[in-house]
Amino acid sequence: MEESTNLKHTALTAVHQQLGAKMVPFAGYLMPVQYSGINAEHETVRNAVGMFDVSHMGEFIVKGDGAVDLLQRVTSNDVSKLSAGKAQYSCLPNEQGGIVDDLIVYCIDEKTFMLVVNASNIEKDWNWIKKHNSYGAVMENVSDSMSLLAIQGPKAMQTLQKLTSVKLDEIAYYHFVKGEFDGCADVIISNTGYTGAGGFEIYMDNAHAVKIWNDVLKAGEEFGIKPIGLGARDTLRLEMGFCLYGNDIDDTTSPLEAGLGWITKFTKDFVNSAALKAEKERGVAQKLCGFEMIDRGISRKDYEICTAQGEVIGRVTSGTQSPTLGKAIGLGYVKKEYAAEGTEIYVKIREKLLKAVTVKLPFLKK
Amino acid sequence: MNFPDNLKYTKEHEWIRVEGDTGIVGVTDFAQGELGDIVYVDINTVGESVAKDAVYGTVEAVKTVSDLFMPVDGEVLEVNSALQDKPDAVNTDPYGEGWMVKIKITNKSQLDELMSADAYKQMIGA
Repeated sequence: MEESTNLKHTALTAVHQQLGAKMVPFAGYLMPVQYSGINAEHETVRNAVGMFDVSHMGEFIVKGDGAVDLLQRVTSNDVSKLSAGKAQYSCLPNEQGGIVDDLIVYCIDEKTFMLVVNASNIEKDWNWIKKHNSYGAVMENVSDSMSLLAIQGPKAMQTLQKLTSVKLDEIAYYHFVKGEFDGCADVIISNTGYTGAGGFEIYMDNAHAVKIWNDVLKAGEEFGIKPIGLGARDTLRLEMGFCLYGNDIDDTTSPLEAGLGWITKFTKDFVNSAALKAEKERGVAQKLCGFEMIDRGISRKDYEICTAQGEVIGRVTSGTQSPTLGKAIGLGYVKKEYAAEGTEIYVKIREKLLKAVTVKLPFLKK
Repeated sequence: MNFPDNLKYTKEHEWIRVEGDTGIVGVTDFAQGELGDIVYVDINTVGESVAKDAVYGTVEAVKTVSDLFMPVDGEVLEVNSALQDKPDAVNTDPYGEGWMVKIKITNKSQLDELMSADAYKQMIGA
C-alpha cells in the first residue's frame, strides 16, 4: 500500500474525513471509497441524488490558433463538431493500437478547450499531448487548482437549481454553461456524468470547493442527498457499461475492440488512424462484451473467460455484484466469435468454470 | 465496533464461539467493516476436515473478495444457509445471524493459541 503521507489531497479531504469516509489511496490521491456503504450510496444516486468529489481528475487548458489542429491530431473524435458550450467524449490513441487515455473535451470557445483526463494518467497525457504539439497551441495544466464535483441522480437538477440562476433544464446532455453558481463566478456546470442516473458535473476553483460542497449538501437535504465514494462510482458506471481506464481500456486495447468506434472518426487524420482504419476494415479479433453470471459467483478483473471445455477465450476487465439488478455483472474481452449477444461463456472463479451469458449493454435498461 | 468477551479471535479476523466440542465461526465486526457490503458467501467444505489457518470458503463484497480461514482444526458440520439469501447479515450482525460455519473442533488445545477480545482489539488498534 502507498504511504498515506505521499498521497495528494483534494480541497475536500478533511471534509470527507469529518464525514467518516473510508479513505484509500487511488491514483496517487487519498480519496473516499465509501461513506455509509456502497449499496446504500449506489441506491441513493439511482433513486434520489448523490455527490462525488472527483477532484483527482486532471484538467488541461489547450488554447490558441493551433488548439483545434492539435486536438484533431491527438484525439479520436472529431473536434470540428464542437462549438462553444459543447463537450465530447473522446480518446487519445497511441501508435501501437492502444489507448493513452479516455477523456472529455470541452469547447470553451472556438480556440479554447478544456480536457478532462483520468487522475492516474495526468502526467502521461500531458507529455503525450505536448509531444504532438507542433501546432503552437498553448497548454496549461490546471489540475491542481481545479475541483470537480459530480452531482448525480434524478433529484440532481432540483438540488442544484436552488444555487444558481443558470437555467439547468436548458443545458442539454454533453453541453455546459460557465456561470455563477452558489455565489462563485466562473463555475463550469456540465450536463455529463459517469453514472447513467442523470445530473451534472461542476468544475470550480479549489477556493470554492468546500463552500459549494456544503451548500449542495444543504440544498439536497430534502431529497436525501448523500456523499458518494469511489466504490459506488464504480458499480454505477459498470451497470451502464461505461469503460474504466486501467480496467476495460488501456495502452494495449484498441478503441474499436472496446466498443469505442463511435468516438473513432475516420473523417480526419489522427495518431494511428491509418492502422485503426485497417483494423476496422479487416474486423477486430476480440470485443469488449458485457456478461451476466448465470451460476452463482462474482467475476473480477483478470479472471479467465473460457468455453465449457475450459479453453481460454478472453479475460474479465471489470466485475461486481450489480446493486440495482441484484446479479453479478462484468465486462471482458472475448474472441469475436464468442461476442454475439446471448453466447454462453464461462468465467473461471477459484478453479471452477461458472456459466455466464453475454448481454447487450447497458446492463441497466432505461 | 463490538467484540464480545465470550468469543476467541484470530489474526485473520475470524471469531469462534465454543460450545463443548463444537465451534461457531464467523468474521469480526472489524472484518465486515473493512470488506464493506457483503453480497455472497461461498463455502463448499461441508463434511471436510479443514486445518487451522486453511481456507474454508470465500466471502465476496461489492468491491473485493476475501478468503475465510479456519481458526482451529475442525470438520465443517454445517454452513449458515440463511446467508445465501441474506449475505448482508454478515454486515449487520457478524456475531449472530452472520455466522459462517459450525465445526467439530478436532484439536481443542489450539483454542489456547487464539486471542481474547482485549488482545484482538489491541491488534487492530480499536
